[in-house]
Amino acid sequence: MAGPINWLSQVASVTQFNFLTLPQRKGASAAAIFGIAGVVAVMVAVLSIAEGIMQTMDNSASPENVIVMRSGANSEMMSILMGDDVRIISEGPGLARDETGAIASPELFVVINLPMRSTGTDANVPLRGVGREAMKVRQQFSIVDGRMFQWGLHEVIVGVGAQYQFSGLEIGSSITVGQEQWPVVGVFHVGGGLAETEVWVDSAVLQPVYRRGNSFQVVYAKLESEDSFQEYKDALTSDPRLNVKPMRESDYYASQSEMLYKLITGLGTLIALIMGFGAVFGALNTMYTAVSSRTREIATLRALGFNAGPVVISVLMESLLLAFIGGVIGAGLAWWVFDGFRAATLNFASFSQVAFAFNVSLPLLVRGIVFAMIIGLIGGLFPAVRSVRQPISTALREL
Amino acid sequence: MTGGEGLLVRLDNVDKVFKRGSEEIHVLGGLNLEIPKGEFLALMGPSGSGKSTLLNLIGGLDRPSQGTIDISGEQIDALSGRRLAAWRARHVGLVFQFYNLIPVLSAQKNVELPLLLTHLSRAQRKKHASTALDIVGLSHRASHFPRTLSGGEQRRVGIARAIVTDPTLLLCDEPTGDLDRKAGDEVLDLLQALNREQGKTIVMVTHDAHAAARASRTLYLNKGQLSLAPLE
Ligand SMILES: Nc1ncnc2c1ncn2[C@@H]1O[C@H](COP(=O)(O)OP(=O)(O)O)[C@@H](O)[C@H]1O
Ligand SMILES: [Mg+2]
Repeated sequence: MAGPINWLSQVASVTQFNFLTLPQRKGASAAAIFGIAGVVAVMVAVLSIAEGIMQTMDNSASPENVIVMRSGANSEMMSILMGDDVRIISEGPGLARDETGAIASPELFVVINLPMRSTGTDANVPLRGVGREAMKVRQQFSIVDGRMFQWGLHEVIVGVGAQYQFSGLEIGSSITVGQEQWPVVGVFHVGGGLAETEVWVDSAVLQPVYRRGNSFQVVYAKLESEDSFQEYKDALTSDPRLNVKPMRESDYYASQSEMLYKLITGLGTLIALIMGFGAVFGALNTMYTAVSSRTREIATLRALGFNAGPVVISVLMESLLLAFIGGVIGAGLAWWVFDGFRAATLNFASFSQVAFAFNVSLPLLVRGIVFAMIIGLIGGLFPAVRSVRQPISTALREL
Repeated sequence: MTGGEGLLVRLDNVDKVFKRGSEEIHVLGGLNLEIPKGEFLALMGPSGSGKSTLLNLIGGLDRPSQGTIDISGEQIDALSGRRLAAWRARHVGLVFQFYNLIPVLSAQKNVELPLLLTHLSRAQRKKHASTALDIVGLSHRASHFPRTLSGGEQRRVGIARAIVTDPTLLLCDEPTGDLDRKAGDEVLDLLQALNREQGKTIVMVTHDAHAAARASRTLYLNKGQLSLAPLE
């Protein structure tokens, strides 16, 4: 007699009555919506930090690039490679070549102090000594302002991220390295990667200042293809003259950002859960009020023969609708305010600053809205069940 | 179970006990009632004597604590909640004491409400509801919302909603209780006409002797039992 079609049409009509009564409950509904919007906005914003850092690390890595450091070194700063090491590393099999030979860039990596724009306090900035091969390994490299430094001169170029983050890196100003002042002559871009937060100088200029002789710290090399990594790695690690650890660039950056990513994601999730807990109570309160103000209406529908199920579902639908609206507003707000917002954080591995942009990605927006819906579901469930738990005859007596 | 031909409602030894915390309220005790098809029965009794409770039991809104309720061959106290709901939708027209119209729906939509539980098409639902509103004399108020209607008009919309499914049994809880004499008389005229012209079986709770006089039989509820005359 009461088939599923009938049941669905009951859900539809009871839900419709609920929605028609929404304007009477503007205040409470709006409060629930904005409570949920706030939670979602914060959650999405915090998680977008982690996404942004990941993206910076991703942009930094090319699948064909390999990075070679001394084994046991966890970061470029801790590594050292002697001149002979560098020569052997550059002769390894499977590297891409051009007219000048294998594409392998020996580099120095030190940190200097510069004042941050945001706080005015000093922070570490990576200063990288590079040779001509550096730009061949990093094909996205380009000068976006000013010019390239001249080889052999005490001139530096700065990444766009570094310039954004630190003061005193405008073209024409100079930075202090050792006892000397080195002018900034250009600004470079590397496709959004980590190198953009660095300052670059000719490695031949940097070596004597840091008394490195002809040693380096790291070699960035380009492989013939992604697949030649194993061959190259095996050759280097089995060479008795060497004590090095070749890594894919992507693995290196992943290892660098892993801890930070986990920390921020964990923190973001914790904040979202705590705030979400509060929002559940907000939604509960709203829905209890909504349901109790309509006790007699619901009892009337049931007296007329409507089933309890459709009534429960329709209350849930209302709560889910409010949560959905809140979720969309919150996610939209986070996207509008924070997407692309530039910030910097400490890279724990090198203790230098990493500039990144908040990345409010589509999956993150979806996650925010799903989280809102979960809040709505929990907040609506108890009031929904309560709305039909009372016997009809009792509910009808309530005024 | 149903007795003689033409018997519609039969309550057999019905008890109703409400529990309020640890306290038990014995409202009905050993109550028997038979209502033949086509009767217009008035139920009277002092306030709190259990008139609404009895009406709710007959209408399947509540279950007896003890005893059986048989309505046109169906023992409704044994039905599951879901089947009881379907049974109500099909067989019972309820006129609530406090109107219980849905405020956000027009008179027309309020009357269509019970038809949502049938397989009628939208157009048929509209037609049936218009007919019901016509019977209660409120066609011209079809698009009005409950708050813009007078008490008597709201009462009549409630009656239209109760009869729109053409139920076997029409149950009215104090239908004239809060109406003035004239509006009350209009409602009574309407109920009487439904009883006489359409053959509806009606049970009407009232504490107004003037209203009860319109019924074909009056029973008095007192101390949980029915009697033919009020107890003094
Ligand atoms: N759902 C209920 N829960 C608890 N007590 C109830 C309930 N319904 C009725 N009662 C009690 O049962 C008694 C009879 O109520 P009711 O049937 O409404 O009387 P009447 O309609 O004759 O005024 C009253 O004491 C009332 O408080
Ligand atoms: Mg009563």
